[in-house]
Amino acid sequence: MTHRATPGQTVGPFFGYALPYPGDNHLVPPGSPGAVRLHGAVRDGEGNPVPDALIEIWQPGPDGAVVRSAGSLRRDGFTFTGWGRASTDAAGHYSLSTLRPGGEVPFFAVTVFARGLLDRLFTRAYLPGADLGAFPADRRDTLRAREESTGYRFDIRLQGEGETVFLRFPGHRAD
Amino acid sequence: MPTPSSDAPTTTQRQISDEITAFGNARRGTDLAQPALDYTPYRSSILRHPTQDPHPADPEGAELWAPCFGHQDVDPLEADLTIQHSGEPIGERMVVTGRVTDGDGRPVPHQLVEIWQANASGRYIHQRDQHPAPIDPNFTGVGRCLTDAEGTYRFTTIRPGPYPWRNHRNAWRPAHIHFSLFGTDFTQRRITQMYFPGDPLFAYDPIYQSITDPADGALLVAHYDHDVTTPGWSTGYRWDIVLTGTHRTRFEPDEEGEA
Ligand SMILES: [Fe+3]
Repeated sequence: MTHRATPGQTVGPFFGYALPYPGDNHLVPPGSPGAVRLHGAVRDGEGNPVPDALIEIWQPGPDGAVVRSAGSLRRDGFTFTGWGRASTDAAGHYSLSTLRPGGEVPFFAVTVFARGLLDRLFTRAYLPGADLGAFPADRRDTLRAREESTGYRFDIRLQGEGETVFLRFPGHRAD
Repeated sequence: MPTPSSDAPTTTQRQISDEITAFGNARRGTDLAQPALDYTPYRSSILRHPTQDPHPADPEGAELWAPCFGHQDVDPLEADLTIQHSGEPIGERMVVTGRVTDGDGRPVPHQLVEIWQANASGRYIHQRDQHPAPIDPNFTGVGRCLTDAEGTYRFTTIRPGPYPWRNHRNAWRPAHIHFSLFGTDFTQRRITQMYFPGDPLFAYDPIYQSITDPADGALLVAHYDHDVTTPGWSTGYRWDIVLTGTHRTRFEPDEEGEA
């Protein structure tokens, strides 16, 4: 028997003093061996930056194994937990320091929260070269992180031209 | 009393309430358990909701698991929002407790719960909160805890006040506590708000009303529980939280008793 899920609500405008914490966006220290940057901008339906969004990522380690280590909230600088959180700045930009995810078709699992967004959105930032044949041909590029010298860029468009493909998982109600 | 600034919104509560009614009628019987992302009475949603349907996907790899949090992440004292300063905060001291379960009714053990809220007068400790109500030097309004083995969370805090916001002229949010939740897999991630029973502002609030089925909206309302009160010390509310189903069929052995 499936129970009705408690509905979601917007993260609102005031999460900024509650959810961010020191080191939230540094899954590994920037510049440490293997560190890559994952960053990008969050934009609305008019292409304007969303300065009050919160991005979370969850990923396997470079070997593709799911990480089962605690310590995301009080990072010790040595333990890779696979989870991180980044707030957007005034220009709608977020940035994380992390490791390259491994696995057969590697991606960063991404959750998006924002003022104005009544429920969270799920998406994926696939590494370049992934076969995204399961996604609509004209929109699958929105799921690709672009390679840069320091890591990857993954922009998120909430609405409009180049709208990011967001995901619905089985058991999630249509909304 | 401060005068509203010249760029104060001009839409009236009457107009918003009419939109709430129209939207509710249009969606009646459509069995939408979740908020409508394109709920225009909540003005900030207009440019921030996706227009395309979400793409169906099966969870893969790490998505079948949730991040782990442990006792090194959260100090047990973080569950008491009334002891973070040198004095007692002003307001109704209360315990808020409940269970986090998944869509199959199984507890979500040893998982992170984060909350944030306004103080008793409806003011957040946030520089963008311009509500001219007093800041309480003894109340920050941020707490964390881990659920126990049965999925139970428990906070001691102050009942928050309602507060005005700029969605429309004379818009007021019902009193609420923001909750951030993790499940046993990534797809259960949820951020929501807990409300208090019988709040007269429910009917006027486009964020609460974005859940167009009243039976689902009621799932966000805590209930007063005299068994949760502490004699001579605090009132008590109970609010249980149900996440979506997990996609792993059973708990792996290493999940039991961990953290
Ligand atoms: Fe709030």
